[in-house]
Amino acid sequence: MSTIQTIAGENGPHPDVALVEKVRAGDISAYDALVRKYDRQVFRIAQHITQNREDAEDVMQDAFLKAYEKLDQFQGNSKFYTWLVRIAVNESLMRLRKRRTGRMVSIDEDVETDEGSVPRDLADWAPDPEQNYSQAELADILRKTIQGLPHGFRVVFVLRDVEGLSTEETAETLGLSVPAVKSRLLRARLQLRERLTRYFRRRTGRVPSEDGVNKK
Amino acid sequence: MTCTEFIALLDDIIDNTVAAEVRAEIEQHMHDCDHCEVVFNTTRKTIEIYRSHEIYDLPPDLRERLHAAIMIRCKKGC
Repeated sequence: MSTIQTIAGENGPHPDVALVEKVRAGDISAYDALVRKYDRQVFRIAQHITQNREDAEDVMQDAFLKAYEKLDQFQGNSKFYTWLVRIAVNESLMRLRKRRTGRMVSIDEDVETDEGSVPRDLADWAPDPEQNYSQAELADILRKTIQGLPHGFRVVFVLRDVEGLSTEETAETLGLSVPAVKSRLLRARLQLRERLTRYFRRRTGRVPSEDGVNKK
Repeated sequence: MTCTEFIALLDDIIDNTVAAEVRAEIEQHMHDCDHCEVVFNTTRKTIEIYRSHEIYDLPPDLRERLHAAIMIRCKKGC
């Protein structure tokens, strides 16, 4: 078996490197630890892409199994987590394709829109607006809102802002250029902001001027 | 700085990766423009809300079931 190149970050090798080495040496309990560490993230990403719970369950199983089978191909020049996310994204897209009876599904779908690239609704939000809703209502609002984003924007937002990948890691994971990730991220953030404003706007207080002058 | 220039830099401002020399210009623009200040604050809040709320929960029983299924399949593949 090949030896994993150590990722020497600021704090030394990433702890996953040791776990991957153990798995490669035949210690399956180390893989158990990796699954437990990242299963929630993989499930969440799969849900965001497939928007279907059963598909997300299947993707989660298939992604971890594929990662296990391909562990020898993992070179260690990227983090295990980003490598795993890449597998999960690909599995999710394949699952989506199956559901759409073979129609090609890619992360470039529906991104040619200019919708939401210029902020229109400029109403301020209530302070701590999420407190005006129950946890269940809020989760429902957040789900509906993000599901309305074009597929290629949603996946960038989820990886970069929800899962905490860097711009470069997001680009590598999705096979996009860094400028493409940046462009999609800005539009995803602006569109989500715009849509959430419908729920979170301040109900009373300052009324914006209508003469087009934004001066304070 | 115009509003368009501000929006183009919005991600860098939120991610705190903006060059030091433009920072003063950005702060001045936000001080002068209500709309851009609102867009900045609400976009930042949007990200914070999505980060801090779990919208696709993995219940413990489902998690254990999936986990067991994964490990059984992995062991078979050994």
